[in-house]
Amino acid sequence: MTAGTEEKARALTFQELLFKLQVFWAERGCVLQQPYDVEVGAGTMSPDTFLRVLGPKPVRIAYAQPSRRPADGRYGENPNRLFRHTQFQVILKPPPARLQEMYLESLEAIGIDLKEHDLKFEEDNWEWPVGGAWGVGWQVMLDGLEITQYTYFQQCGGMDLDPICGEITYGLERIAGFLQDVDSIYDIVWAREPDTGREVTYGEMRLAEEEQFSAYGFDYADVSSLWKHLELYEAECLVLLERAKGFDGMDALTLKRFPVLGAYELALKCSHLFNLLDARGAVSVTERVGVMGRIRTLVVGVAKAYAGQGEMMAAVRAAG
Amino acid sequence: MTDFLFEIGLEEVPARMIAGAQAELERRVVGLLVRERLVAGEIEAKSFSTPRRLAVVVRGVKERQEDLAEEMLGPSAKIAYKDGVATAAAVAFAKKAGVEIGALKTVTTPKGEYLSATAVKAGRAAGVVIEEELPKEVAGIYWAKTMYWRAGKAERFVRPVRWLVAMLGGETLDVEFAGQRSGNTTYGHRVLYGAEGISVGSAGEYEGALRTGYVIVDAEVRRQRIRKELDRVCRSMEGTRWREDHALVDKLTHLTEWPSVIQGGFQAEYLELPEEVLVTVMRDHQSYFAVEGKGGALAPHFLAVLNTEADERGQGVIRHGNERVLRARFNDARFFWEFDQRTTLNDRVALLDKVTFQKELGSYGAKAERVRVVAAEMAAVVEARGGKVDAGALDAAARLSKTDLTTELVKEFTELQGVVGGLYARAQGHAEAVAAAIYDQYRPGSMEDGVPRTIEGALLAIADKADTIAGMFGLGLEPTGSKDPFALRRAANGIVKILAETEIPLGLGEICFMAARGREAVVRTMEVFFAERLEFYLREAKGQAYDVVKAVLAVGADQVRGAVARAAAVSAVRSSADFEAVSAAFKRMSNILAQAKEKGLAAADSVDPGLFTDEAETWLFEQAGGVAARVAELREDEDYQGALEAMAGLRPQVDRFFEAVMVMAPDERVRGNRLALLGKVLGDFSGIADFSEIVVAG
Repeated sequence: MTAGTEEKARALTFQELLFKLQVFWAERGCVLQQPYDVEVGAGTMSPDTFLRVLGPKPVRIAYAQPSRRPADGRYGENPNRLFRHTQFQVILKPPPARLQEMYLESLEAIGIDLKEHDLKFEEDNWEWPVGGAWGVGWQVMLDGLEITQYTYFQQCGGMDLDPICGEITYGLERIAGFLQDVDSIYDIVWAREPDTGREVTYGEMRLAEEEQFSAYGFDYADVSSLWKHLELYEAECLVLLERAKGFDGMDALTLKRFPVLGAYELALKCSHLFNLLDARGAVSVTERVGVMGRIRTLVVGVAKAYAGQGEMMAAVRAAG
Repeated sequence: MTDFLFEIGLEEVPARMIAGAQAELERRVVGLLVRERLVAGEIEAKSFSTPRRLAVVVRGVKERQEDLAEEMLGPSAKIAYKDGVATAAAVAFAKKAGVEIGALKTVTTPKGEYLSATAVKAGRAAGVVIEEELPKEVAGIYWAKTMYWRAGKAERFVRPVRWLVAMLGGETLDVEFAGQRSGNTTYGHRVLYGAEGISVGSAGEYEGALRTGYVIVDAEVRRQRIRKELDRVCRSMEGTRWREDHALVDKLTHLTEWPSVIQGGFQAEYLELPEEVLVTVMRDHQSYFAVEGKGGALAPHFLAVLNTEADERGQGVIRHGNERVLRARFNDARFFWEFDQRTTLNDRVALLDKVTFQKELGSYGAKAERVRVVAAEMAAVVEARGGKVDAGALDAAARLSKTDLTTELVKEFTELQGVVGGLYARAQGHAEAVAAAIYDQYRPGSMEDGVPRTIEGALLAIADKADTIAGMFGLGLEPTGSKDPFALRRAANGIVKILAETEIPLGLGEICFMAARGREAVVRTMEVFFAERLEFYLREAKGQAYDVVKAVLAVGADQVRGAVARAAAVSAVRSSADFEAVSAAFKRMSNILAQAKEKGLAAADSVDPGLFTDEAETWLFEQAGGVAARVAELREDEDYQGALEAMAGLRPQVDRFFEAVMVMAPDERVRGNRLALLGKVLGDFSGIADFSEIVVAG
């Protein structure tokens, strides 16, 4: 296994993996964005994906997105599951014809010699019913490991996308674990001090967070407060969505300043609170469908308002 | 004559859709060539597919369509000629047909004399026709799920089209579809060959050219290669063999362009987890083949089918990666297994009240209670009829049957519902009869699947499925046409299959009655539904002919095993000359009786031998009486074939009767007596099938 050990020593650290992907996609025209600072369950829910895929304007953007899924928490005891994992999200609208080849080149860029591995594109159609969003695509399997979700985004907020959008979501912990050949996420080397050679592990950086947020989500979170928060955020979002119906009567300045993006944050808050309540076991199966429907109203409502605002602003520009 | 090649290059097509699309492309291309008169006679076509392409080759394609002579009908002769001179109408017609005035002919039609002309439609070059027609065929291919990829919502297709190859002989055609124009360049394996194009000289070179590009384009060849490789790798491990799995071989055939197989291993300690869980992880989540050792027990190995070819070192790297993933998966499963043990199935019963089965039908807790009642009732009936049921075990199983829906393991592996409950019941010390019944409750999942192994399992499965059907029917949610969102047909098929393949002495009618107690209308619709399912079972699972099924079910559709046996008996004897003659005679008898009834001619209440005027009547009466008694005995012993053969032995009497006797005698008493005789004979022999439904050949 000498080859393996050498490979391991050469393997990228967690942060080098992120750098390499950022550089790779920046060189292909992607704007590098910072992670969104509201809790989301997946990179797709960041407005940089969910809202920017709407409308005709071309977009190339890439960012790492910490993604919170309270129900996946395991108190840091399971070596493969996390309450919060990191997705690297690449959005290209319209998708270049060579997107699949570009994606394969990105794997080479992070040190995966494809000739040495088994690669399969297996059908996996992504959907987020709460966002009225879905696409078709694949899970990319490398030596039996799902390393990427590759999607041609078709609909968002219940609206057909035109042009459609290519979305590549890398699972950074999985890929780092694969590259470094470790059996536990917590053993991933996050960074290496160049002068001392000391390795800072994923566990050192994040284990406490996993332990405490699992305990919070499963044992401590106050159910009645969570419901109250949810209702408050929902009510405020609904008020904004109601006012968004009046775009026609707004002057150009009011129109462009209308906080659809604020409404989206409120909707995301609701989504996260729902996930917390769900993890806490506070949502009965019967309630579940109802609450998801309420959040869908918010998220899809925001998407429609965002598209409407964009169209209205374009019309104002054309007229003025 | 020349050969035609067409290839569509795509981003990876979902494995489940490839075989159907490949067949459809071949059908459409051949259809086009036939329709356009570009092929004739025996058509030699072959189609190909990999995840990244669909292709078809047709041999013996004509370079041109032949000219087509077409008879055209013109204006009436009266209008076309005035005083023997052609009018404007005749000139216009000649122009339209593309012939000289002198070439116009006159034909006689039922409406009178008309002009006609033989118009010649010039044949077009094959290439031109294909370029024009083929894009429509490609666009028409059915896909279960499609997408847009070009701006302006240009077209929907399964995945983006990346290249087209269209060649007629050595000539490259210009076929345009989805923004691509065809050429003679195809592409090889993404990794083993790379992104460079491969030129194809002609259709004949297609397979060979792709082979140099590390693509086996014939799916059947890939399938055989995968099977051989699986065998070969197993031979390197003493005393092992891979678990046959046709569906998995098929999936991997359509996930690879250049398949090879490696073996991997896992720590023997994982074998402590139930085999069902291990196999599900390997098969459904990782697409690995399970390996068994001597005696059929699972061995700590797996086989992975790769879409590449690697040397020993490379195989080591890939093996290592796959083993790492499987280890993580097994760890997860073990975590769930251990976590689930913290709450026993008994304690989970209360949790079921919070799990909705169906909005109007309540929780799974409520469903389990209903199933308990129905199962207990069925058990009592079975016992009263001499069957042996462990009613206590059945009740315990029914009560716990749905509790595994609350476990983490079933949330992770939904396909293992029931199985997990059974395994947990065993692990938690419940009686084997309880565990086995829970384990088998969803069987049979399909027509190929086995039925529950125990009578308790079978009764639980019947009660559960019947409760679902009764509940949904009560809400008006019957399946319609191709729509069956609650899989009620499958549920009913399952009940029919269980009754057919076990000794359970229950009729379909009483199952409906127990499951929908007190709801007469629901019981009626359920009975009709079950009769349809029984018909389906006899035809599809038992392969019985349509008329046999109809004849058998006309007599009764309640006792499944009886119906199966009667159908088998009718099929076994139907081709014998005696049976055919007798059943034809029975058909004649029922026709005569029907006619008599129509004319208001009454049959006597009973047969009076004193009124027989012909010895053929006496002979039939006596002989039929004796045979009827034997037939009744044989039927009692469920020897339906013996009964039918005995009945066929009546042929001489029946034949003689119809030769010698005129049933519709003028004398009312003689006639009435003869009608009564026919009625009696028919009545005595109609318990197995309604022979008037049997279609006699010739």
